[in-house]
Amino acid sequence: MSPRRDALTWYAVAFVAFLYGPVLLMPLFSFNDSNFATFPLAGFTTRHYAGMAANISMMEALRNSLTVALGVSAAATALALPAALALTRHRIPGRALVTGFMMLPLVVPSIVLGVALLVILIRILGVQLSLWTVAAGHLVVALPFSLAVLMSRLEGFDPSLEEASGDLGAGGFGTFRRVTLPLALPGVISSLLLAFIISFDEFVISFFLTGTRNTLPVFLFSQLRFPNRLPGTLALGSLILFGSALLVILTEVIRRRGLPADRAGGL
Amino acid sequence: MRRTAGPALLAPAFLVMAAALAAPLGALVLLSFWTQTGFEIDRTFTLANYWRIVEPGPPTWWNGIPFPFAYPVPAILLVKSLAMSLTATAAVILVAWPMAYFLAFRVRRGKAAWIILLTVPFWTSYLLRVFSWKIVLGYNGAVNSGLIALGVIGEPLDFLLYNPVAVMITLTHSWIAFAVLPIYVSLEKIDRSLLEAAADLGDSRWARLRRITLPLSMPGTVAATLLVFIPTVGDYVTPTLVGGTQGTMIGSLVQQLFTRQDNAPMGAAVSIVMMLVIAALVLVFLRAIGWRRMRARAGA
Repeated sequence: MSPRRDALTWYAVAFVAFLYGPVLLMPLFSFNDSNFATFPLAGFTTRHYAGMAANISMMEALRNSLTVALGVSAAATALALPAALALTRHRIPGRALVTGFMMLPLVVPSIVLGVALLVILIRILGVQLSLWTVAAGHLVVALPFSLAVLMSRLEGFDPSLEEASGDLGAGGFGTFRRVTLPLALPGVISSLLLAFIISFDEFVISFFLTGTRNTLPVFLFSQLRFPNRLPGTLALGSLILFGSALLVILTEVIRRRGLPADRAGGL
Repeated sequence: MRRTAGPALLAPAFLVMAAALAAPLGALVLLSFWTQTGFEIDRTFTLANYWRIVEPGPPTWWNGIPFPFAYPVPAILLVKSLAMSLTATAAVILVAWPMAYFLAFRVRRGKAAWIILLTVPFWTSYLLRVFSWKIVLGYNGAVNSGLIALGVIGEPLDFLLYNPVAVMITLTHSWIAFAVLPIYVSLEKIDRSLLEAAADLGDSRWARLRRITLPLSMPGTVAATLLVFIPTVGDYVTPTLVGGTQGTMIGSLVQQLFTRQDNAPMGAAVSIVMMLVIAALVLVFLRAIGWRRMRARAGA
């Protein structure tokens, strides 16, 4: 190894340390036997986790978040799969424009999406805020990601497989069910997981569109104001981080499965 | 395949996006032309909210810059947000580029594992990642208590948190991993024989970096720049949690106008001005660097 190569490798290690360092303090302090997030560490305890199951509002927020995330995950994927097929396999007039429009939520700040939805729901439609309105907001931010994952998956395999199926006598739906869907399945699963995680972790839009029933990030945010609840917040945050990380790793592993090696690195 | 199948497949997703994205943004535009009078909304069309943002007045000074407006808050916060976001974006690109280079040119095995390692933080709760900086920089935080425990300082340093620098550090941290990926994709696409040819013809390592790798990485680098710059200008979570009163950004103003100040039409106008300014800056930037030519050259 040349010295330059070493320097770059060290850089990469430092990069990862910077990336993970601050976040990993949360689980570290959540097991620390103290009510403050301070060094030196006082000793190991799990007491900050003990009270969680008994915290009714936390459990309710968790249930709300899971409900919304499951719904958003299913809806985003169900909408994105046919759209991805249309955009990759069919002639669409103004394809680039349509794709651009569908990807718009990626560049609109979420606070603007949040207030825009708030305006139309409250001032124009006169709808009460509820978990449904939160879910609508989450769907808007999750759909572009589902679409991107599914489109890249559909572009990643040979369309001649589908043509062959058609030549051999399968109808449009038969080809979809027996050729396209099985090949796109890893994309479908990662779309489900990704949309779930986006919805589950989404805060800003929920903050504006939530009614009387909180989602977990909104609950968490409300707890951040109370210094004496810090240990419980750290414990909750650690669990959320751990669960999210697990789901993301699963998503990425599934998404990359079956892709040619030279594409495995791509987005 | 049938000609109508494509539009029919696309329709559900398109209609949902039209209803839940285009219509709300349209409503926001509409609202910005109305006015708040007490508890009521006056629905006569007016440019009053926009006029209020640019209405001349005695100059208010902010960091040595005069803002000659009667209601200077939106203008000041917009300029401040743009400056903070640009600084954070520049930091993100500078930190992410070598990492992307490492990934594209040094990592031989386990590339997917490296990429997953970089992707995971981006997908885990933004709120928690920002909050973790409060634990790092807070008055009773990790840095202060660590330095006290080591005997470096006697009293906690109170300037670490609640200022623009804390916001910029946090923003940089939140986005570096995300920026690596587009740059990496660009670098990965570079035909390695170009580099070999340059080496054979006597180019040094640095000359190759400057004349081949850097220019050909531009599509990804530019994409990363925009993907970080655009959403960070209007960020709400980071200034709220680590910015304090000095570190507020334009997103905080929008939130306040819609809630505490109860002036939603003004909030709508500020949001729209913010988006128009961002869009204009992005277009000027792409124009200035010759984006079309660059993409054509890199074959992206």
